[in-house]
Amino acid sequence: MSILHTVNKSPFEKSSMASAMAHAADGSAVLFYEDGVYAATKGTSLSDTVSSADGVKLYVLGPDLKARGVAEDRLIDGVQVVDYTGFVDLATEYDKVVAWV
Amino acid sequence: MSETKKFMYLNRRPPYGTIYAWESLEVVLIGAAFEQDVSLAFLDDGVYQIMKGQDTGEVDMKNFSPTYSALGDYEVTKLYVEKESLEERGLSIDDLMHLTWEDEDEDWAEKDSIQVVTRAELAKLMDEQDVVFSF
Repeated sequence: MSILHTVNKSPFEKSSMASAMAHAADGSAVLFYEDGVYAATKGTSLSDTVSSADGVKLYVLGPDLKARGVAEDRLIDGVQVVDYTGFVDLATEYDKVVAWV
Repeated sequence: MSETKKFMYLNRRPPYGTIYAWESLEVVLIGAAFEQDVSLAFLDDGVYQIMKGQDTGEVDMKNFSPTYSALGDYEVTKLYVEKESLEERGLSIDDLMHLTWEDEDEDWAEKDSIQVVTRAELAKLMDEQDVVFSF
């Protein structure tokens, strides 16, 4: 059973990202949105937690990136940008959604 | 006229995800009418509030980032940004909006509002305040 994990809190303020990554098994995916998008940026003190994920697909919600002025070239390698429709597609594609609110 | 006090507003939250950043800005603008010695500090996730290039068109929220550019007109000219908070987030001052104010005493010369300070320097600045508001 594959899981889509969603993270919408800043990784610097809450442990949501760290917990989500720690529980994301091989074949699962993590989608960052709202304040969670900061977790998908490279060069931060927490980037390694995300970039070292093996066998886990990484997604970020484009509209939330744009709202915060985070350019796509700041993203950790391998993170794919999706729009709202893409979010819905992911939710249907995976067996379950686990929201790390 | 009562004595002028030193007011500092601490901004520690990112914009949009919660209402803190916008509420702080509103209180600062209201407070600016009382002619106190006002400064703003951006630390922790608060540094994200003044990232340049914010575009909320697709999230159906008000982009309030242009409001920071108006602070100079309200004589809010001291915006301290914590160096360590920028670094922890892989950011530099070049990733922030260029915020300025015009100095009436120097023929309206344009000056930078943002000053990058270290954590230790910010601690000292906090110590010098009469009142510190936290958002």
